[in-house]
Amino acid sequence: MRGIPAINLQFLTGDGLRYGIGPAIQGTLILIGLTSAIGIPIGIMTGVYLAEYGTNKYASWIRSINDILTGFPSIIVGITAYSLIVVGLTGTFSPIAGAVALAFIMIPIIARTTEESLKLVPNSVREASMALGIHRWRTIISVILPSAKSGLITGTILAVARIAGETAPIMLTILGNTYFFQGLGKAMDALPLRIFASSRSHLQVEQTQAWGAALVLILIVLALNIGVRLASRGRYKR
Amino acid sequence: MIKLTGDNIFKAIIAIIAASAAIILLLNTYVLVTGSANIFATSGFEFISGKNWDPGISSFGVLPYILGTLLTSGIALLVGVPLSLGIAIFIVEMAPKTVRVPFSYLVEMLAAVPSVIYGLWGLFVLRFWVLNYIEKPLNTYLGWIPIFSGTPTGLDILTAGLILAIMIIPTVASVSREVISAVPNSIREGAYGIGATKWEVIRHWVINYGRSGIFGAIILGLGRAIGETMAVTMVIGNATGPKAMPTSLFQPGQTLPSLIANGFFDSDTPLQSSAYIGAGLVLLLISLLINVAAHVMVTRVLKVKGGAVE
Repeated sequence: MRGIPAINLQFLTGDGLRYGIGPAIQGTLILIGLTSAIGIPIGIMTGVYLAEYGTNKYASWIRSINDILTGFPSIIVGITAYSLIVVGLTGTFSPIAGAVALAFIMIPIIARTTEESLKLVPNSVREASMALGIHRWRTIISVILPSAKSGLITGTILAVARIAGETAPIMLTILGNTYFFQGLGKAMDALPLRIFASSRSHLQVEQTQAWGAALVLILIVLALNIGVRLASRGRYKR
Repeated sequence: MIKLTGDNIFKAIIAIIAASAAIILLLNTYVLVTGSANIFATSGFEFISGKNWDPGISSFGVLPYILGTLLTSGIALLVGVPLSLGIAIFIVEMAPKTVRVPFSYLVEMLAAVPSVIYGLWGLFVLRFWVLNYIEKPLNTYLGWIPIFSGTPTGLDILTAGLILAIMIIPTVASVSREVISAVPNSIREGAYGIGATKWEVIRHWVINYGRSGIFGAIILGLGRAIGETMAVTMVIGNATGPKAMPTSLFQPGQTLPSLIANGFFDSDTPLQSSAYIGAGLVLLLISLLINVAAHVMVTRVLKVKGGAVE
């Protein structure tokens, strides 16, 4: 969108006192890392279950709930993580709470894409592996997952791109400030929060900061998306 | 007795993990219900039908915000759906191949843009377009109609509705594109065969054949519009209390999500925090209803069996 000439080295690395967005970039990266650590394994395993054992009633319920969760208002997830973790468990705003909230958003997306890409693995591959006397669980881990690898990576990256821009849930869980990372138990900043907070200011310098932060965020998200599209070109042609 | 083989253990483990989706849903519902018990016990039905939002007299009602949510989403559908259908029909039925692929990429890219960036753009750019080119003329010439009355500022219900319209386009367009591509070619050929023009084929046969899928797509878009938080919070003007009752398109309003995003941490009393969570519960119920409806519609059309689109 509107590229704004706010960006220079000091802007990217400076702390909040000099209207830099260093802490925000760092916070977003930390959040992406933590969320992925929680969300990717759970999401992929859910997807594996749905794809490989997903013909019973239980699985079709899980599948429907998953679909419904993908259209869930993100602010509600924020309230949940806030009440459960910020108020209930730790008593402070923390990146952990933010990551849990974002993982709630990430898991259904990854489960969905994992299921779809595992379905693309032809049945003959499964049968060939079973015919060699390999157990089903070994088949899934060592044969099916590797052959669906690029689909899994695509889905994961798209999910990461989605959560990188989520604002409402992290507003209620990591709060946002202008300092660099201070520990897993402390409030933290992130790019979407910085954009939101700065856009409400009347100071020209903060509005410029918001535009600059938006440009950085959109570059991250679009780079992830375009990278995935180029990498998977032709794979999902109908 | 089930034997403890590697297979069974593995299956049990991932079956338990697959329950995460259900657990997330239950956790959310549980937190919202327990968190809002206080406000429902105090105000009862008054909480849904009331207009006040005043910690001083301990009176909270979410009616204006429910109406605000429905109104902004309604505007979004009114503006966004025709555009999205146009895009979907263009991509499937008309566009030459060289245009089709980049064009559908572009639409999907719109979906990837974070909502806070839409909000930023709405706040500093769209707001002034709406103010200068739509609201001022309408207000000057049609100001006697109640919905166009008031002093236009650009930070109001109309702008919020328009930004939502832009945000639902990718969702509605891509799902309706799938639905329209799923219409069998024999339908089109049959229609051409009895002498229908392209317009008539699309209007009477293609749209008609895919109507419940398209309806599902619209509902999905509605779900997205209703839950959208940041972009709306940034442009809607954020009125509270009786002032937030929508009477004109040109006045500041408030939706359920933006109410929560704005005030959640400014609660003065425990009752007020409970009221915010109650607003969340109302939002959850509305969105569940819409998502379930959309899910039923879309899956029925695409005939999902075991998750695979046949």
